[in-house]
Amino acid sequence: MSSLWPQLEPLLGQVQKPARYIGCEDGAQTPEHAAGKVAWLLTYPDTYEIGLPNQGLQILYEILNERPDAVAERSYAPWTDLEVLLRAHGLPLFSVDTHRPARDFDVLAFNLSAELVYTNVLNCIDLAGIPLHQADRTDDDPFVAAGGHCTYNPEPLADFLDFVVLGDGEEVVSEITDVLRDTQGQPRAARLRALADVTGVYVPSLYDVTYDGPRVAAMTPKPGAPALVEKRTIADLADWPYPKQQLVPLTEVVHDRLNVEVFRGCTRGCRFCQAGMITRPVRERPADQVRHMIQSGLRRTGYDEVALTSLSTADFSGIEDVVEEVAGCGDVSVSLPSLRVDAFTVGIAASIQKARRTGLTFAPEAGTWRMRRVINKLINENDLFSAVDSAFNQGWRRVKLYFLIGLPTETDEDTLGIAALARQCVAIGKKYNRSASVTVSVGGFVPKAFTPFQWFGQNTMQELQRKVNLLRDDLRHERGVQLKWHDPKATMAEGIASRGDRRIGAVVEHVWRNGGVFQEWSEHFRLDLWLDGLAAAGLRPEDVVYRHRTEDEVLPWDHLSAGLHKDFLWQDWRDALDELGLEDCRWTPCYDCGACTGYSIEHVVASATPPAGGSQGTGQPVELRPRIPA
Amino acid sequence: MRIRLRFAKLGKVRFTSHRDVARMWERALRRLELPVAYTEGFSPRPKLSFGLALSTGHESLAEYLDVELREEPDLTTLPEQLSTQLPVGIDVTAAVPLAPGSPSLQEDVTSCTWRIEAQGLEPAETESLVIAALAADELVITRTRKGKEVTDDLRPAVLAVHTVGPTPAGTELEAELAVHPRSVRPAELLLALRPGLTEGRVLRTAQWIWRDDARREPVATARPLREDLDVRRRFAAAEQRPHPALGPAFAVSGSG
Repeated sequence: MSSLWPQLEPLLGQVQKPARYIGCEDGAQTPEHAAGKVAWLLTYPDTYEIGLPNQGLQILYEILNERPDAVAERSYAPWTDLEVLLRAHGLPLFSVDTHRPARDFDVLAFNLSAELVYTNVLNCIDLAGIPLHQADRTDDDPFVAAGGHCTYNPEPLADFLDFVVLGDGEEVVSEITDVLRDTQGQPRAARLRALADVTGVYVPSLYDVTYDGPRVAAMTPKPGAPALVEKRTIADLADWPYPKQQLVPLTEVVHDRLNVEVFRGCTRGCRFCQAGMITRPVRERPADQVRHMIQSGLRRTGYDEVALTSLSTADFSGIEDVVEEVAGCGDVSVSLPSLRVDAFTVGIAASIQKARRTGLTFAPEAGTWRMRRVINKLINENDLFSAVDSAFNQGWRRVKLYFLIGLPTETDEDTLGIAALARQCVAIGKKYNRSASVTVSVGGFVPKAFTPFQWFGQNTMQELQRKVNLLRDDLRHERGVQLKWHDPKATMAEGIASRGDRRIGAVVEHVWRNGGVFQEWSEHFRLDLWLDGLAAAGLRPEDVVYRHRTEDEVLPWDHLSAGLHKDFLWQDWRDALDELGLEDCRWTPCYDCGACTGYSIEHVVASATPPAGGSQGTGQPVELRPRIPA
Repeated sequence: MRIRLRFAKLGKVRFTSHRDVARMWERALRRLELPVAYTEGFSPRPKLSFGLALSTGHESLAEYLDVELREEPDLTTLPEQLSTQLPVGIDVTAAVPLAPGSPSLQEDVTSCTWRIEAQGLEPAETESLVIAALAADELVITRTRKGKEVTDDLRPAVLAVHTVGPTPAGTELEAELAVHPRSVRPAELLLALRPGLTEGRVLRTAQWIWRDDARREPVATARPLREDLDVRRRFAAAEQRPHPALGPAFAVSGSG
């Protein structure tokens, strides 16, 4: 079928921000569809403004379009005003590149970066005109697939997805394309079997689940399906200098700047952090390649800002040199989206942000040193205070601090420790600037799969609200501290989806069927639909969200692997409860978490020593440090 | 030195906003590494000054932009060079130097000529509405401004209007609308013709500076219209639908 543009065009005059549906970006590909080519529709299940900058999607878009036997286009969830018009005119989900209907593609592939977008995934499948449940699809229907961080527990979407990809997509996307090309014309079931043979590909329909009350009793692979699906990891980022042609949108989006990924993976070992656990090991991009990507990217795009992205950019070996060079080449500003908390980092920030020092953000995550040892965020008060001192001293007027509440073993003393830290930071700021202020941003903790905290029962909504109130009351008269918090209701809904089993699929479907789309947007969020959905499925928040899981319990994602040994995670969970920190294995001996050893890969780090600044270690006597093998 | 650029905005890119277009220009000028002058201060911005904003969704053959430069570029090749750095649909058609002290576009432009598609109207019906409107002493419309209903007489601002011919979805009008005391929108003209009448495609074909009973365009040396039509044909083909403005050559009738 050809382009839907003639039918879409008259509708775009009637919707908000129509530019998000036109494509035409600099860097957009002009895919030529042809019989025999495998066609992918890479779909971000949230708005264009949120989805366009997604680097994972852009990387796959380029890799696929470089292949002679594949084409890839992009799609984003239409905002509610356009959705109404599409449905009224009988028009489907479409690509923004050539405005083709979604059903013209062989694969509708979603990027899952957050749980609250799940209902949008269902909406997009339905808008595409594809049967919602994978069991109802025929040989003529496109495959529905997903990748991204949330796929480490894909079970809530198992009924809707034909296949799921675990880990880095750069290599596996080509292997999947090979299988789809070579099996054209074969029955759907045979093609899915063939896909299940690709390492990193999980086909949910090839596994049967049985339950024991709130728990999973067993996940049984059907004959021929692998007992354990392993994630994919690219060994060296240097082999993948993507995106080469980063998309430059014509309209405003988040992170509207050049983005260069300087490393992937993080071994700081923060126990609440799923990203850090599932993307191990650390793989740095060679500094020369970083420089080249910055220079050619700025020239090509015309951007005047570049972000050096990673999970902790100050840890990049030789960060100072790279930053200095970029800052030296004219009117270009550099942003470091993830700053470590120490004075060294502030020094780097100062060297790149010569003008407009308005706000600087740190994430101490917890209010007391005890709590930070539990979560293995090993920043002591000196680190924080010296960072804050250095920031105010060098002209910043506002410091923003991120914290989590609802962490394991948290007491009210820990919660109130957040307020105490904020007060001390304001006092430091007043030394330099009478209008110094500190913004405290508090989020509720949601335990995630493949982290040491995956066994922890999430705080109830009421408990999180009580902790927010504690802080609010404590800081009520504190001029100079501004408190912001994430709605505990949204934290609750995220908890339903994050560790749920396949039975949560009915809940997601209930929310969607009752109009609950764009659940990440507060104006559309509907907790009542999530709770009704749970009740309708015969499930209770006490079991799904608030319950501590036990050591012998089968977790819904036990048939998947992020490389991490389950006994490593369990031991790390016990160490957390004993308030024992664990050092970064990038610069200390391996403690065999499994992420390297299991796949015969290792860290790619240019510097053998930890970066300057900060306390770095666990701050504990050596004999207390857990389990470092001789 | 200051230069004035004229450009067209046609096709899909018409769905971008005025602010979006400003950002496209900033990136294009940086890519060409033109010696653009920057503002002083903590967050230097390139010294660009746009004329009348074009509503999101409207097309134009006559958009203008003044740029301040530190040194003089080659103005003969500049339109071509800039066009290659801008998205498909933004086409630069002229670049001229501005005399020191020339008034800004905002100060100078007094009216615009528009091609406006009136949806669902037959040409004959349209013609009678136009005749009635031109004969009327006043054309009162009611609009909401800051939550209050205000009435406006559009008649003094309607400098010319006539019917061009049928389009797939209605009838095309050509109108010259004044910019002062406020810029009259094409949709408001349609409301004045008949309540409930809505616009389809809208194309700005010219901006005018009226002085001493004569009018001229802000850039008198625009590339020949043939080139503009060429651009438009390219779009018409790409979009598999003829542009309503690709009708007979347009001669402006009447005047204020």
